Amino acid sequence: MGLTLIQKILLKHSLSGKLKDFIYAKVDFCFGNDITAPLAVKEFNKAGFDSVFDPNKIGLICDHFTPARDQKAANNVKLLKQFSRQFKIKHFYDIEACGVEHVFLPEAGLVKSLDLVIGADSHTCTYGALGAASFGVGSTDLAAAMKEGKCWLRVPESLKFVYQGKLNPWVGGKDLILYTIGKIGVDGALYKVMEFSGEAIRKLEMDDRFTMCNMAIEAGGKTGIIEPDEKTVQYIKTANPKLKNFKFEKSDPDAAYARVINIDVGRIKPQVACPHLPSNSKSVKECVKVKLDQVVIGSCTNGRLSDLAIAAKILRGKKIKKGLRAIVIPATPKIYDQAEKKKYLQIFSEAGFIISPATCGPCLGGHTGILDKGEVALATTNRNFIGRMGSPESFVYLSSPAVAAASAITGRITDPNEIKG
Amino acid sequence: MIIKGKVHKFGDNINTDDIIAAKYLDSQDEAFLGSKCMENIDKDFFQKVAKGDIIVAGKNFGCGSSREHAPVAIKGCGVSLVIAESFARIFYRNSINVGLPILVSKDCGSISAGSLLSVDLNQGLIKDLNSGKIFSSEAFPVFMQEIIEAGGLLSWIKKKEKQ
Repeated sequence: MGLTLIQKILLKHSLSGKLKDFIYAKVDFCFGNDITAPLAVKEFNKAGFDSVFDPNKIGLICDHFTPARDQKAANNVKLLKQFSRQFKIKHFYDIEACGVEHVFLPEAGLVKSLDLVIGADSHTCTYGALGAASFGVGSTDLAAAMKEGKCWLRVPESLKFVYQGKLNPWVGGKDLILYTIGKIGVDGALYKVMEFSGEAIRKLEMDDRFTMCNMAIEAGGKTGIIEPDEKTVQYIKTANPKLKNFKFEKSDPDAAYARVINIDVGRIKPQVACPHLPSNSKSVKECVKVKLDQVVIGSCTNGRLSDLAIAAKILRGKKIKKGLRAIVIPATPKIYDQAEKKKYLQIFSEAGFIISPATCGPCLGGHTGILDKGEVALATTNRNFIGRMGSPESFVYLSSPAVAAASAITGRITDPNEIKG
Repeated sequence: MIIKGKVHKFGDNINTDDIIAAKYLDSQDEAFLGSKCMENIDKDFFQKVAKGDIIVAGKNFGCGSSREHAPVAIKGCGVSLVIAESFARIFYRNSINVGLPILVSKDCGSISAGSLLSVDLNQGLIKDLNSGKIFSSEAFPVFMQEIIEAGGLLSWIKKKEKQ
C-alpha cells in the first residue's frame, strides 16, 4: 500500500522512523503570535526551561492585536521581544516587519515543501499549499517545541477532494472551499487531512491554493495539502532564491484515503457563508437581500496581492455605497507596497475604502472594524461565529474578494457578474 | 480519580470564540479568563457555574481557533470536566496538554442539564446520580494517558528528561 503525501512527510520526521498511531516528530519550524506566544512563554518559564532547541527555527510574529491596540497588547509584544533577545531568536517580527503570519511566512521563504511546521494558530494549515505538513497547535505545544524541537502528533487519515471541470466567472479558491465546507460540514474532516487535487486545482494560482488550505480547519481538518507542481516550485524559488535543490513529494497512486469526494466546479457559483458557521454556504443569488454596514477585504485567507487585484478590477472607477464602511487590509508590508505600485490602493481609496495597515484586526474582533449590535458585515475572512467581529448580536457573512468588492458598491450582498465594467 | 458535579449543557459545534471571546486573549490570567467563559453565548455562565461543575456538550466541542485560553478559561471558571460527543482536534490536544480533564462519550446527549454526575476518570465511567443511568466513554490512548498522569505536556517532558 502506498503513502499519502502527508504520511510521507510525517514518516520523514518521525523520531522512531515509523508511522504508528501516534508519533513524536521533529519540527522544522515552530511559531506563535502576539496572543498565543505570550501564554507559551509563560508556560516555558513556569516549567523552568533555560534553552531553546534552535534559535533559527522559532518564529514570534506579532500580527493579531498590532499595531498595539492598547497598552496590554503593547506589553505582550514587548514580552516576546525580550524573550527573543534572551534566547537569540532570529525570527521575531513586530507588525511593520511581517504583516499577517500565514501570508508572511511563505512570502519570506520560511516554509518549503516537505517541511513539518507547527504554529500556535489554527490557520497554520495554510502552508499545505506548498506541499508542507503544517499543523495548528496550542501554546503549551509551542513551549514544548521551542524547548525540544519536537511535537506529538496523531497520524491522520486523509480525505481526497478531486475538483474537475471549468471554473465559472468570478469563482476562485474561496468559493471552492466554502462550497466544500458546506458540503461536508464544520466537522466533516475532523482529525483528517484534506488533500485538494484535480485539474481545477492545478489551474489555480498559489494565492487561491493558500486560501483553500487556510480554511481546512473550518471543516475540522488537521490540515489541507496540495501536491506541489511547477507553480509551487516557482513560488518557493521566488520566496527564497538562496534555496538550492529542495525536494518535493506526491501521494502514491495506490495510497489509501478514508474517502474520495468528486466535485464538479462547473456547478459552483460565487459563494457566501451565512452566520454563524462557515458551513452555512449558499450561492450569492440566495443572499442578495442582505444589506451591509461593513465590508472587509483582507486576512490570512484573502489579503494577498491577487485578492486585491480582483477587488480592484471590480472597483475601478466605481464608488462604494454611501454610508457603508469598507476596509481593505493588504496582508503584508510587501503586498501593500506592490498594491501601491500597481495602483490598486489608489482604486480602493478613490472608491471610498479605508486602507488599513497589516493586521488580523477585525477578523477576530480584535480592533479596527468592530461591529455593534445589529450590524452586518461581509468579510473575506474565515470565521463567522457568534460575536467573531464584535457584538454577539452582530452578523458576519464570508465571501471571496470579488463578491466583497461587488457588494461594497451596492451595499448589499451582490454577485460580481451584476456589476457592469 | 472521582469527579462529582452538576451538569451544564451545550449543543454542537461550540467554538473557541464562544468559550472565550478573542478580545480577552491579551490576558494569560486563568481567573480573569474564567470570569469571561462562554460570555458570547451565555453571558451569565460565570455566575451560574460552581466549582467542580461539569460541561456536557454535543459534537465538535472547541472548534475554531487554537487558543489555549479556551481550556484555561474553562478551568478558570471552576469547571472540573468536559464531556462531549466529539472534540475539535486542537482543543482536544490543548486540554490534554494543560491538564483539563475531558471525556468523549457518544451517548452523553441524553444526560440532562442540572443532573448530578459522578465520574470515575480512570475507568471512564459516567454515572448520572439523578437517573441512575451509566454512560461509558472512550479510553485515552496509552501515550496520552502518560501525559495526563504527568499533569500535562511540560511536566511529562521534564519527567522524561530526569529518567
